[in-house]
Amino acid sequence: MGEGEEQVKVLSQWPSPFAIRVLIGLEEKNVRYESLEENFASKTELLVQMNPIHRKVPVLIHNGKPICESLIILQYIDEVWPGSNSFMPSNPYDRALAKFWADFIDTKFLGTGIHGILKKTGEAQEEGKRYMLEYLGLLEGVLKEFSAGGSKPYFGGEQFGFLDIAFICHTCWFEAMETLGKWKIPWESEFPRLLEWMKKCRERESVHKIFPDPHKILEYAIKFREGYLRSN
Amino acid sequence: MEGCAQEGQVKLLGVEYSPFLLRVRIALSLKGIHYEFIEEDIQNKSELLLQTNPVHKKIPVLIQNGKPVCESMIIVQYIEEAWGNKAPNLMPKDPYDRAIARFWAAFIDDKVVPCLREVVTGQGEQQQKAVQELVANFLILEESVRTNPCFSGKLYFGGDEIGFVDIALGGLSAFVKALGKATNSVLIDEEKMPLLSAWMDRFCEADGVKEGMPDPAKVLEFISAMRVKFTSPPTAK
Repeated sequence: MGEGEEQVKVLSQWPSPFAIRVLIGLEEKNVRYESLEENFASKTELLVQMNPIHRKVPVLIHNGKPICESLIILQYIDEVWPGSNSFMPSNPYDRALAKFWADFIDTKFLGTGIHGILKKTGEAQEEGKRYMLEYLGLLEGVLKEFSAGGSKPYFGGEQFGFLDIAFICHTCWFEAMETLGKWKIPWESEFPRLLEWMKKCRERESVHKIFPDPHKILEYAIKFREGYLRSN
Repeated sequence: MEGCAQEGQVKLLGVEYSPFLLRVRIALSLKGIHYEFIEEDIQNKSELLLQTNPVHKKIPVLIQNGKPVCESMIIVQYIEEAWGNKAPNLMPKDPYDRAIARFWAAFIDDKVVPCLREVVTGQGEQQQKAVQELVANFLILEESVRTNPCFSGKLYFGGDEIGFVDIALGGLSAFVKALGKATNSVLIDEEKMPLLSAWMDRFCEADGVKEGMPDPAKVLEFISAMRVKFTSPPTAK
């Protein structure tokens, strides 16, 4: 693990949950990195060069070599800088479960749940809220199981791991989503474990450092929603 | 303990001719793992499917010692890790190469697979557009085989042996070929995609793969049945 020669850059965008995910991962491993903010209006030469297929952030550039797709980057970080805190569970079955739920979060939870609220209006938005509650219910159950009934703090058990990092990055958008959906998620009554888990995660140095200001996210989310509804 | 998984306790729930099922069958075959195949009726989902994959209610599902694993490429990774001591190794050792393999498997799942769906279910102009997009994605793969140092000049995406990306794409081969016939289009053009074309032939003829390749006529029937289901009005999904 050569320290002096190592060069780690991240092409990032501050509100992107996927970028936030990668930055939290690097912070957790105490890797020194440089974060390069991509602007929204146009894509930089560097981004197009490093991620020609998708042209999206985040991109991790490790000694000049690009790694794309946030969950893939997280696994890469875990393998290159194993340290004393493994992100991935120790056995293959638990790893498969962690990957399954991370994939669920990025597809159904984000696509039908979060975006179902941010990008929709009227009845379609109400449907998004119903899905969101259903999915939160599933995740509450998963957390109960993976935390051994709450005796351990995280999805990773004792360890703040892959699934914790994969999920926590989306939670910084929850307040904005509630505001834009004009509703309140019944955390205390319906999802108390998730509520407790979010509080615990936010206390971590990595999450505290990387999470954007919720007011800034709301401002951005409002523009994002307006822009999306205008062009669709 | 890894690598000591008990055989005879492996069940695979699937639908014959599904490309996602085929991916898993290929991985199991390459590793020489014995399993019991359980045919699922997608129109009339079994208790077993609803129990083992309550979230998506989809196949394939691998059940080992009663514990289910879902999502075809997650299953393939699980097979690789749970039988890590059995050759061949489906994933590279180097972390960067692993990230590249995962990237291209994700590309295939996120870009190629949705296009396949659109071609199957689409009609007229919509279908034509989907075919064009599919061809464009295959061209990207052709380019990656040509220029990516991980793949260029090698027999397979996995190097000398079949690997993760080969399975991700190769599992779709029979389906892609049949889909070309069903829609009267050339999806992997030998002239425009010589490397990908050669790779596909090599993959389909490889030991461990060729024995499990489905009858092309049956795959065509399978696709035709899917098209009827999705394109006859009114459609209840």
